[in-house]
Amino acid sequence: MSGFSTLLLKETLRFWKVGFQTIGAPVLTSLLYLLIFSHALKNRISVYPDSEIDYLTFLVPGLAMMSLLQNAFANTSSSLAQSKMMGNIVFILLTPISHHALFAAYITAACVRGLFVAAGVVVAAMFFVNVPIHNIFLVLFFGTCGGVMLAALGLIAGIWAEKFDHIAAFQNFVILPMTFLSGVFYSVQSLPPMWQTVSHVNPFFYLIDGFRAGFFGRPDVPLELSIFVVSMVTVFLSLGCFSLIRSGYKLRG
Amino acid sequence: MPALEINRVSKSYGALKAVRNVSFSVPRGEFFGLLGPNGAGKTTLINSLAGLCRIDQGFIKVMGHDVKKNYQSARRALGVVPQELVFDPFFTVRETLTFQSGYFGIKSNDSWIDEILDGLDLSEKSNANMRSLSGGMKRRVLVAQALVHRPPVIILDEPTAGVDVDLRKNLWAFIQKLNDAGHTIVLTTHYLEEAESLCSRIGMLKNGELVCIESTDRLLQRDKECLVRVRVKTSPVKSMPALEEMLSETVCVDLGEYLIKVPNASEIEGILRRTRELGFEIDAVETETEDLEDVFLSIMKAAPERSE
Repeated sequence: MSGFSTLLLKETLRFWKVGFQTIGAPVLTSLLYLLIFSHALKNRISVYPDSEIDYLTFLVPGLAMMSLLQNAFANTSSSLAQSKMMGNIVFILLTPISHHALFAAYITAACVRGLFVAAGVVVAAMFFVNVPIHNIFLVLFFGTCGGVMLAALGLIAGIWAEKFDHIAAFQNFVILPMTFLSGVFYSVQSLPPMWQTVSHVNPFFYLIDGFRAGFFGRPDVPLELSIFVVSMVTVFLSLGCFSLIRSGYKLRG
Repeated sequence: MPALEINRVSKSYGALKAVRNVSFSVPRGEFFGLLGPNGAGKTTLINSLAGLCRIDQGFIKVMGHDVKKNYQSARRALGVVPQELVFDPFFTVRETLTFQSGYFGIKSNDSWIDEILDGLDLSEKSNANMRSLSGGMKRRVLVAQALVHRPPVIILDEPTAGVDVDLRKNLWAFIQKLNDAGHTIVLTTHYLEEAESLCSRIGMLKNGELVCIESTDRLLQRDKECLVRVRVKTSPVKSMPALEEMLSETVCVDLGEYLIKVPNASEIEGILRRTRELGFEIDAVETETEDLEDVFLSIMKAAPERSE
């Protein structure tokens, strides 16, 4: 096994061994959102007035993407921060694993967890609603980009954090508001013009819009724009994260 | 080519100069001891060797590989047992060692892992989760992790801290076996009797500076003064000042018991003769030569203090 495949396996097993907490719980949380929001709002909100897609169905891709983003972030940030704080990061830093391999292994494992959770949400939701898949490639592209983007952000947070409080702050004051304000629970078309403009500054909006377009084929903004923004942000965060790893910032004294 | 080459290495943390212009090398196959009081810079130097921290100036080579420019080859040649008792709570002992092998690109390493587990008396715990192990067991796993890739150079940073006597003996027998097989060993410890019995050469650090580097034999002969503990049966009060005058270095440790420092062992007989001539009947005589601890303390005392 190479250093990359070993680290990937180890990082995957790390979340798999506590699968109830890392996969089961987020799927269940999303289903609860689905249940509560659908009962409270399904007769009040018409998302696509000219189609048969109801609010319950509309919610599913957004919830799947939200879970994907949160879990990809949680995987890298908690793994790295925990390793740093417990000191067992030395077992990786003492080895000849290259910066590229370290970066790629952490990101891939986080993407795997994020995609598992998202798939779990969609599959579980299919027991209650019929979720169409318009274009699987769009679903995979935006799902993977979302996973890489948040995994890189999680690694940056994990490198920067000196205590778990820092990770919690990142999660609660950055990731959560950006996710909730990105159109998970609504179509931004239904917002007043000012809030529509604000939403368009949020890269998570393009992730969710593109991902949802993969299911329903009805994006709020041109798909090319979403692909461009998401690709740029993913590349930017990945490069930033890789540079931090290579520099040894807060990893090597 | 030496196993380790450390050349004019300095490392600071802000205003604190942790390592100051340290240079030395360790030949292949040597059992080298790195000693110093807390905060002397031992762990910083080891972290610099292992690539866990980046030096400000100088260079370090492990088996000829620069730890910065050629870090992958340098790390392949190095096995480090860290000072802190760290472990990954998600995995068993065997999983931990298998992952560690994989990080070094080793595919099937089961037979060597079994050998290490056996040598460190861990075979029965191979499938136990790391969390369930005692402190001593965790320490042994740390040693095992450092050995999975059969590194030619092994660094042990206080490996026996908090370890019971049996395990310590077991561990040293295993490390000695590795040294006999040609592995270079670098040891830091606060147990100076361990360093004295195991290391063929010793370097001492104080305030980040290398203040001494000598073979252990030479260090032990460096201050060859001998201490003689004399207990006298009778202690006639009148003769007491005469005895103390005769032996200017005499320390009275108890009533009738004297600790006498002599420049060398050949002078002991003369002292005993004069003591008898003064009317004392000698009850017991014990001689004590200085050990590494005494030498260490005298070197540390003599080395200059650094304020910044």
